[in-house]
Amino acid sequence: MMTILGIPVQALFGQLLLGLINGAFYAMLSLGLALIFGLLNIVNFSHGALYMMGAFVAWLLLNLCGMGYWTALIVTPIVVAIFGMVIERTMLRRLYKLDHLYGLLLTFGLALIIEGVFRQLYGISGMPYAVPKELAGGWNLGFMFLPIYRGWVVGASLVLCLGSWLLIEKTKLGAYLRAATENPALVQAFGINVPVMVTLTYGFGVALAAIAGVLAAPIYSVNPQMGSNLIIVVFAVVVIGGMGSILGAVITGFMLGLVEGLTKVFYPEAASTVIFVVMAIVLMIKPAGLFGKRS
Amino acid sequence: MTRLTPQTTLVVVLIALALIAPFGIYPIFLMKGLCFGLFAAAFNLLLGYVGLLSFGHAMFFGFSAYVTAHAAKEWGLTPELAILAGVATAAVLGAITGWLAIRRSGIYFAMVTLAFSQMMYFVAVQAPFTHGEDGIQGVPRGHLLGLIDLNDTMAMYYFVLAVFVAALLLIQRIVTSPFGQVLKAIRDNEPRAISLGYQVDRYKLLAFVLSAALAGLAGSLKALVFQLASLTDIHWHASGEVVLMTLLGGVGTVFGPTTGAFLVVAIQNYLSEVGSWVTIIQGGIFVICVLLFRSGMIGVLTPWLKRRGITG
Repeated sequence: MMTILGIPVQALFGQLLLGLINGAFYAMLSLGLALIFGLLNIVNFSHGALYMMGAFVAWLLLNLCGMGYWTALIVTPIVVAIFGMVIERTMLRRLYKLDHLYGLLLTFGLALIIEGVFRQLYGISGMPYAVPKELAGGWNLGFMFLPIYRGWVVGASLVLCLGSWLLIEKTKLGAYLRAATENPALVQAFGINVPVMVTLTYGFGVALAAIAGVLAAPIYSVNPQMGSNLIIVVFAVVVIGGMGSILGAVITGFMLGLVEGLTKVFYPEAASTVIFVVMAIVLMIKPAGLFGKRS
Repeated sequence: MTRLTPQTTLVVVLIALALIAPFGIYPIFLMKGLCFGLFAAAFNLLLGYVGLLSFGHAMFFGFSAYVTAHAAKEWGLTPELAILAGVATAAVLGAITGWLAIRRSGIYFAMVTLAFSQMMYFVAVQAPFTHGEDGIQGVPRGHLLGLIDLNDTMAMYYFVLAVFVAALLLIQRIVTSPFGQVLKAIRDNEPRAISLGYQVDRYKLLAFVLSAALAGLAGSLKALVFQLASLTDIHWHASGEVVLMTLLGGVGTVFGPTTGAFLVVAIQNYLSEVGSWVTIIQGGIFVICVLLFRSGMIGVLTPWLKRRGITG
């Protein structure tokens, strides 16, 4: 068997793939966080809970309505985004003029409620969600075995991230969004309905989290705590990358997933803490974050 | 004879009530309230007077509990020395994480502290001396200064009460000192404080270390009261709870955090049997506090009392 630095190649690439998958989720969630923060000035603590909700909605659609994976992939983000937009309209809207910290506290409370409700209803044991049969099985690439579903998750998230980037950087709608991030009052004066745009942006960020949840459902078991464990790591990713740039959020997300995967190979004890150590180092060297503009 | 101010009268009445309370109310409940009250007051020192929201204070509370429990159980230290060890560890941890965290402000500060706290949680999961899921159980309370047997619940209660009162007086002293005035200046207008020549980062760091050490003191006491240090104390839920207590009681007030702590501990006590409802209700309180009364219980009550001429 081939080895690199004494590690079997199979194991090395296997862990790198796992890292890439984690990175895909970090990227999708931090992208949504960065978008929401840019326009709403709110750090959406409930992002993890909404990701968990995405996984649960897909599971419920399957078990209550018999709706398959592919339909769920379309329906779930719409359902969760509507839920998110109702929250934005009824609650978050009242906080825009206050200190950013209140947005964090409110969404933290919402995260507790959402997580608590699902835990009360479904317990903490976790539900299995089968891999769709079109994506079952795997390919033998010679140096490693690639389960098709995992390859699909990485590919789908790359497409989503790239698509979001193009939408924001290259379209007219994206131009309005960027302008409103810089100066909402001026954009409003030009006759663009900024409050509606804010609601839609929140909905879009939430929809990304929900899609991530659906993608995650067949990989991890669907359980109420899957979101809160992830969101804290994503916060560290956001601190490392800085929330100023969309592409920066995506790159940092994938990169840290890989770093985590490599750590699992070479020093497994540190795998759960390595991202926080990277954060500490970045804070020492470049406090504003790798892609941050100001401190 | 000097005339007593309403505030001093209130403090005297409260202390008198606290002295007779264990004869009517379950002492363990009171001690839990006092420990979390001290924890919240330590947290409030940072949020209320420097304007820094730490979302990771559980790392000081929980890790200090572990150190105290380990010192008392494995090294056989007397309670006061075990507590001292816990507080010193929390202060060192506060100095390291604070040094890094104060490089960012606002929401980033909250996210950085939360991330470090999660890191310490993983350390506690993996380190051998914390005994993972079991925690450190059966921690001996020992004899205070070799004289007073703390296994007696009443003795333990009065010890916790004495430490609590002393710590709150210390916090009050810090807040009203010239140092505290500079902290408030930083909170209200940081650029101006810098332009007046204050080394803002030093003040922030010292406040962070003080807050961490006091949170550690609360954790150490809790470890002795319950004779247990576990992962619950260092989980991010505990960080969220201390934010909730302070917010509910009133940020930046003297009695707010303790009031909030007793309310939250009471909610936990009465709802402990109905599963996740505690989490849901805590989340609901967060939402209501942020949307409807951001000044908290004490912040709402004080003007009401003042209008009726009862205090101040």
